[in-house]
Amino acid sequence: MSANNGGDAGPANSGRVNDVITRLREGDAGLILLVLGGIYLAYIISGVILGYQLRGQLNSIAALTFYIGVFALLALALNLHWGYTGLFNIGVVGFMAVGVYVMALVSKPVYTPGGAAQVGGLGLPLWVGVLAGMLAAALFGFIVALPALRLRADYLAIVTIAMSEIVRFSFLSSEFQQFTLFGNQVGFGGGSGLILDYTQPLEAFFRTFGLWDAYLGFVTAFGSFGPLNLNNPKPIVDSLIYGGVLLLFIGAYYWLLKRTGESPFGRVLKAIREDEDVANALGKNTNRFKIKSFMLGCALMGLAGILWLAVQGAVTPNFFRPRITFFVWIALIIGGAGSNTGSVLGGAIFAGVLYQGPLYLKNVLEAVLPQTNAPNGFGPAVAPIFQSLDPLPFVWYTLDSIRQLQLVIMGLVLIWLMHNRPEGLLGHRKEIAASIDLSRPTRQSSTAAADGGFVNGVSETNDSSANSGGQRDE
Amino acid sequence: MSESEETTGVDDASQSVDGGRTETRGETDGVDERDETGAEPTTTDAQSPSTLDTDATGSETGEYPLRVENLRKTFGGIVAVDDASFEVERGTLTGLIGPNGAGKSTTFNLITGMHTPDEGRVLFNGEDITGLPPHRVADKGLVRTFQIARELSEMTVLENMMLAPKHQRGEALWRSVTPGVRDDVVRQEEELLERAWEMLDFFEIDHLAEEYAGNLSGGQRKLLEMARALLTDPDMLLLDEPFAGVNPSLEHRLLEHVHELREQGYTFLLVEHDMDLIMQNCEHVIVMHQGKVLTEGTPSDIKQNEQVVEAYLGGNV
Repeated sequence: MSANNGGDAGPANSGRVNDVITRLREGDAGLILLVLGGIYLAYIISGVILGYQLRGQLNSIAALTFYIGVFALLALALNLHWGYTGLFNIGVVGFMAVGVYVMALVSKPVYTPGGAAQVGGLGLPLWVGVLAGMLAAALFGFIVALPALRLRADYLAIVTIAMSEIVRFSFLSSEFQQFTLFGNQVGFGGGSGLILDYTQPLEAFFRTFGLWDAYLGFVTAFGSFGPLNLNNPKPIVDSLIYGGVLLLFIGAYYWLLKRTGESPFGRVLKAIREDEDVANALGKNTNRFKIKSFMLGCALMGLAGILWLAVQGAVTPNFFRPRITFFVWIALIIGGAGSNTGSVLGGAIFAGVLYQGPLYLKNVLEAVLPQTNAPNGFGPAVAPIFQSLDPLPFVWYTLDSIRQLQLVIMGLVLIWLMHNRPEGLLGHRKEIAASIDLSRPTRQSSTAAADGGFVNGVSETNDSSANSGGQRDE
Repeated sequence: MSESEETTGVDDASQSVDGGRTETRGETDGVDERDETGAEPTTTDAQSPSTLDTDATGSETGEYPLRVENLRKTFGGIVAVDDASFEVERGTLTGLIGPNGAGKSTTFNLITGMHTPDEGRVLFNGEDITGLPPHRVADKGLVRTFQIARELSEMTVLENMMLAPKHQRGEALWRSVTPGVRDDVVRQEEELLERAWEMLDFFEIDHLAEEYAGNLSGGQRKLLEMARALLTDPDMLLLDEPFAGVNPSLEHRLLEHVHELREQGYTFLLVEHDMDLIMQNCEHVIVMHQGKVLTEGTPSDIKQNEQVVEAYLGGNV
């Protein structure tokens, strides 16, 4: 166990990151690599300061990758709604919940009396459940959108946030705790939550391709690999691999949404965002485009929710509080609405700095600063500053409240962004909505006209038009 | 580059726009055939202005593509349009004038489906389009521009242009994302792009192609809006005060384009405040006053009509 080995996981991880990045635009690839590299480095360094063993380092990297993954996925999906179509969806978490719960309903094993789980499911394979969850989220999006899209944009916001709370309370209610579906005793478990006792996703995934034994072999080999020498390596390898899977999903989302945006379909979405009446006056059935875009985004949110919670072992309705929706919004705003690359970047920065960062900062400071007990009130925390110029109790008090302060920090970041960079990190960039390069085709025939354009191009003022119009006056 | 050369250049461009129109009309039909999603086949050859030039039919719908019958619309207690009826003849530039509050813009909105009339009918090419949503009206070949140019400001001029053509294959989401099928989308985009550039050349705003539309001057936006409307392959264009806030030389240029397009067979209905402009350029003028059609006729008829002079020229100016 040496620092060297800690580095081993780094390249393995960034190799996967590289896969994703090759798909990204040239100019931004560097920025994303730089940011990700910086975040990972900061985590490894803080791990060193905390005296983490290799296992701890790998764990913290896996956790970081996991949160970067889920927030980037959610920000990408939200970018389709807000960045492209201008749909103000503040019910993100509701669609995640629908996705997760429907997936659980479909894929949980059939109820057996005396089993660990209070309620059962339909016992279908996991991939069926995942598809069903996405479909349910999309259909749910359709139902939400139908009345709301006829109204002005702000009403969609109200409808979506209300809906996300309705979803949470529905899953909390005892009505849906247990019911019978297709002769199976199933349910959503109510407030006590739902145990996700299906085959674990990674196992299901590898079994599908008959690679489960090979994977187990790899895990053993990894654990006993010379200097690594890990006891029980499976949980760590599992979570590292799962982080990698999430990064692959980011690539897939990015690919899909980039194609969606850079197409005639995406162009209409953009036009709707800019001015729906104009799109309408040009013969586009804007409601249809809006519903399609909304449903696709909801399905992707459902899938992101599934990816977030499928490996957590259990799910409770109160996980799906609106704050997660706002976390996703912050990630999108940091990255820049309208840019897919920005969404990934925003997700990474949010997860690494704002979501996980404060906790790590706390741990690091606690390791570095001289130990004392944190004061249990604001008064005792501040008093020493004035009495003996001793700021430490106050620092400890602050660190103790880091969970609460986290939200304050997010709020401050948001305010700062709105003031200084409302378009986010990458929102300023032109992402042209077309499947082809729109510069003048080379096989242009009317060269005379092109020359005319050149003349105008030279004068290039707003009134170049007046210029040529004047010429023809005579 | 000398003046004469530039003028020829413009002529060339206009011809190629015309050529582009006929060519792409065929393609649009092709799209309709391939489109299983049930997009209605709209622009049939019988309706296209260019063919009608040659075989002008005797039928009334052929001569008068737009017919408005007894249109009425109230907002609360105000009667904005009161029993308005008129027709627009094919291939003409018809002006719709009237003092402020005469109901011109409301009439426009009633025709294009932005508002639904309380009473009356709107017929386009013999088809009842009353109360259809705006996109269906546009789909039938009746396309409007807005009083305040409504460019899509955070899209480039070219994106604005590429948005316009109707029934693009790639407007179906699955076609745009599915590998393989997307090649078709790309191919059609390449064809549309050439048309878009020709249209930009025709309106002489090709040097602005890569600009954000929001960076254009007011007059340039009007040009862009008209160019964009033309790319939808309309039968008839409704122009809502296209010359408002446009400097005189640009106005001249816009008018020239309108006349050129009219000669190609397009029909125009023009809402305008400027009496002189209407009198000098329109073949036919409809005068509205207090929601009603006061009178209609040739510009010289209108000038001699005492009612008009009283209601509009005398009363307002």
